Amino acid sequence: MSETATDRAHAAGGGPIDPDRPTREQRVGAPEALPVTVIQPRRGWIPIDWKELWEFRELLYFLVWRDVKVRYKQTVLGATWAILQPLVFMLVFTLIAGLTNLSTDGVPKPVFYFAGLVPWLLFANAVSLGGQSLVNQQHLLTKVYFPRLFVPIAPVGAGLLDFLLQMAVLVVMMAAYGMAPSALVLLTPLLLLVTLMAGTGMALLLGSLTVTYRDFRYVIPYMVQVWMFVSPVIYSANQCQEKFRETWGVLPAINPMWGVVTGFRAALVGTPVNATELAISTASAILVLLFGAAYFRRTERRFADVV
Amino acid sequence: MLPAIHVEDLGKRYKIGVRAPDDQNFREALVGLLTAPVRRFRTLSEHAEENETIWALKEFDLEVQSGEVIGVIGRNGAGKSTLLKILSRITEPTTGRVELRGHVASLLEVGTGFHAELTGRENIFLAGAIHGMRRAEIVRKFDQITAFADIERFLDTPVKRYSSGMYVRLAFAVAAHLEPEILLVDEVLAVGDVEFQRKCLGRMREVAGGGRTVLFVSHNMVSIESLCNRAVLLEEGRKTMEGGPAQVIETYLASFRRSTGSVALRDRTDRSGGVHARFTDVHFYDADGHITASVPMGGELTVEAEFVCNQRLSRPRFLVLFINAMGQTIFHAKSHAAVDVMPDAGKGGNVQCRFPALNLPPGMYSITLRLNDSVAQRVDGLEMAASIEVTEVDVYGTGRGAHEPDDVMFMPSEWAWDYT
Repeated sequence: MSETATDRAHAAGGGPIDPDRPTREQRVGAPEALPVTVIQPRRGWIPIDWKELWEFRELLYFLVWRDVKVRYKQTVLGATWAILQPLVFMLVFTLIAGLTNLSTDGVPKPVFYFAGLVPWLLFANAVSLGGQSLVNQQHLLTKVYFPRLFVPIAPVGAGLLDFLLQMAVLVVMMAAYGMAPSALVLLTPLLLLVTLMAGTGMALLLGSLTVTYRDFRYVIPYMVQVWMFVSPVIYSANQCQEKFRETWGVLPAINPMWGVVTGFRAALVGTPVNATELAISTASAILVLLFGAAYFRRTERRFADVV
Repeated sequence: MLPAIHVEDLGKRYKIGVRAPDDQNFREALVGLLTAPVRRFRTLSEHAEENETIWALKEFDLEVQSGEVIGVIGRNGAGKSTLLKILSRITEPTTGRVELRGHVASLLEVGTGFHAELTGRENIFLAGAIHGMRRAEIVRKFDQITAFADIERFLDTPVKRYSSGMYVRLAFAVAAHLEPEILLVDEVLAVGDVEFQRKCLGRMREVAGGGRTVLFVSHNMVSIESLCNRAVLLEEGRKTMEGGPAQVIETYLASFRRSTGSVALRDRTDRSGGVHARFTDVHFYDADGHITASVPMGGELTVEAEFVCNQRLSRPRFLVLFINAMGQTIFHAKSHAAVDVMPDAGKGGNVQCRFPALNLPPGMYSITLRLNDSVAQRVDGLEMAASIEVTEVDVYGTGRGAHEPDDVMFMPSEWAWDYT
C-alpha cells in the first residue's frame, strides 16, 4: 500500500495538515525552508520591501474589498453615491458658469465639467481618505503586523471602482451629446496612472504627517479644497493660460492635476492641451509618489508608538 | 538546532516628559524647527532641559527552541506587552536583535481586523487575511471556524448585531485556526464565559502540543502553569528570572507578600484614566477601625479609597475587585448595585466599602480599584492598587482547618444531622 505524505506526517506526530505550508517532516529535514524574520533598530531612509509586499498581496485585495463593501453598505444610496458626487458638482458648476464668462473650450458645459471631475475626484478622495486612513485605523496599527503601505493605498484602490462607474456615466453623457473621442483617448490609461501616482503619493505623505502631527487631519479637507481651485476643474486651463502665460509660464503644471485634468478632457472631449504642461505634471506626479513613499517608509517604524 | 526565537540585548526606550516630541502638533513642530539654532546655542551655555526617557525593556535575552511554550509574567508595566509588540513587529526596538524562524502570528487582542458593518462570513475572511492567512487557507478552514465559534446561523448577519459573547467566540475561532510556527499570545483568554475559556485553553494546548513555539503573556498563573514548560519573569523592563513555571510563579507571587495597611496611589502611572479624577490613597481598616495589613478569614474588613477630581462627577460608580494570588478575580464589589443613589462628587473625598465578613481562604489578595461615571465609562482604574493578607483562623473553634489548599472561596457552613 502506498504511503501518502499525509500518512507519513501523521505517523511522525505532526499537527493538522496544511498543504500551503511545508509539513513538519519536511521542515525538520530542511530548516532553511522556514522564513527567517530579523528585527532590529533601523535608521534613516528605508527602502520598500517589495518581497514582503508581494507576500502580503492578498491582504491588499481584502483591504480594498473591505473599503468598497463598507462604503456601499453604509450609505443609503449605495453605489449611486459614486455617481452623485460628480453629478451634483457638475450641476452646480454649470449653473455658476451661466453667471460668469468662464469658458468651456467650446464644449457643452455638463460634459466639460463632468470630464474634469472624474479624475479630480479620484485624486481628491485618495488624498482625503488615504490621508486619514492611518489615524482612523490606529487599532490595526497597534495590534497586528502587515505592510503599513497598504493602509493608505487601499482607499485609493477603492476609489478606482468609483472612477470606472463614473467613466461609464461619462460615456453615456457623451453619446447623448453626440460626441466621440479622438485618437487621444489612448492617453486615458496613462492619465489615470498619473492620477494614481499623485494621489497615492499625497496619501502616503499626508497619512504619515497626520499620524505624527494629529492636527493635520483638519488641514487636509482645506488643502483639498484649495487644490481644486488651483486645478482647472471649474475653469479651462486654456483660458487661464491665455491670460496668465506671460506671468507664470508653465508653473501651474507643477500641480500634477493641472496636466491630468486638461489632458483627460483633451483625450475624451477634444479640448486643447499643452504637451509641455502635461510632461511637467507627469514628472511632478512621479516625484510626489517617490517622496511620499520615502517619507512614509522613514516614519513608518514610529507609527505604533505615536498613534 | 537553530532556535525558533532568538532575542539578544533587546531594549525599548520611550521619551516622556512635559512636551515629548511625539506629542507635538504641527505648529509646534514648525516653530521647533525654526528655533532649533537658538536652542542649540542655549544648550551650549546652560544645562539643557532633557526629556525624560524610560526603558520599557532593557537588555533582554531569550532563546526559545522550536516546540517550547514560554510564559512571560510580571506586573503591569513590567514590559511584557512591549516585548510582544516588538516580537510582533508592531513597534521597533531601540537596541538589540531578534531572529524568528518560521511564520509568526500574534494574538494581542480579540477581534483584530473585524469590521462592525461586515457580516460574520466577510469578517472571517478579512480577519484571517489580516492575521496572515492566505485566501485558500481561509476557504479550507471556513467550516471548522464557524463550527468552533458556534455561529453557523448568523454567518450573514453584520457583526455589529452579535452579542459580545458571539463576537468573542468568532474572533477567537479565527485566531485559533492560525497555524504559524511561532505564536505570540497576550492574555486573550481573559475574555468570554467559563465554557468558552475552557475551549480556548483546550485549543491552546492543542496548538502547543502540535510542535509549535508559543510565547504566552498572562496574569493567569493557572494557565501559565498548565501550558508552559518554561517561564520568564519581567520586572521593570528586565528579565529577573527564567526557569520552570512553578519556581518563577513562586518568585513573582513572593514579591506581593509585602502588604501594608495604606498605600499611596496618587503618583501611580499605570492606571486607566486618572484625568478627571484619580484615586490618591487606599487604606484597610479592621472591625475596630484600626489600619491593618491583614484580616482573619471571615472577618470584617473596610476598604477606604480616597480620591480627588477636577470636575464634578455625577453619580460615580465605585468598584473594588478582589484578586487572588493566582490572578483569578474572586468578586467585584459594586457601589452601583449596593447603593440606591450615589451623590455627585464635587472636589473628591473618600468612599468606604465595608465587607461584614470577608469569606476568603488564607493567602495574599490584591485589590483593583475602579471609578466609573454615571454611564459606566472608566474615569480611573488601578490594577493591583494594594494587597491584603487573609490569615488562617479557627473559624469554628474546633481547632481544625476550615478550608483546602486550592479553594477559591471560604463559605461558613452549619451542619445538622438526623441518624437512625
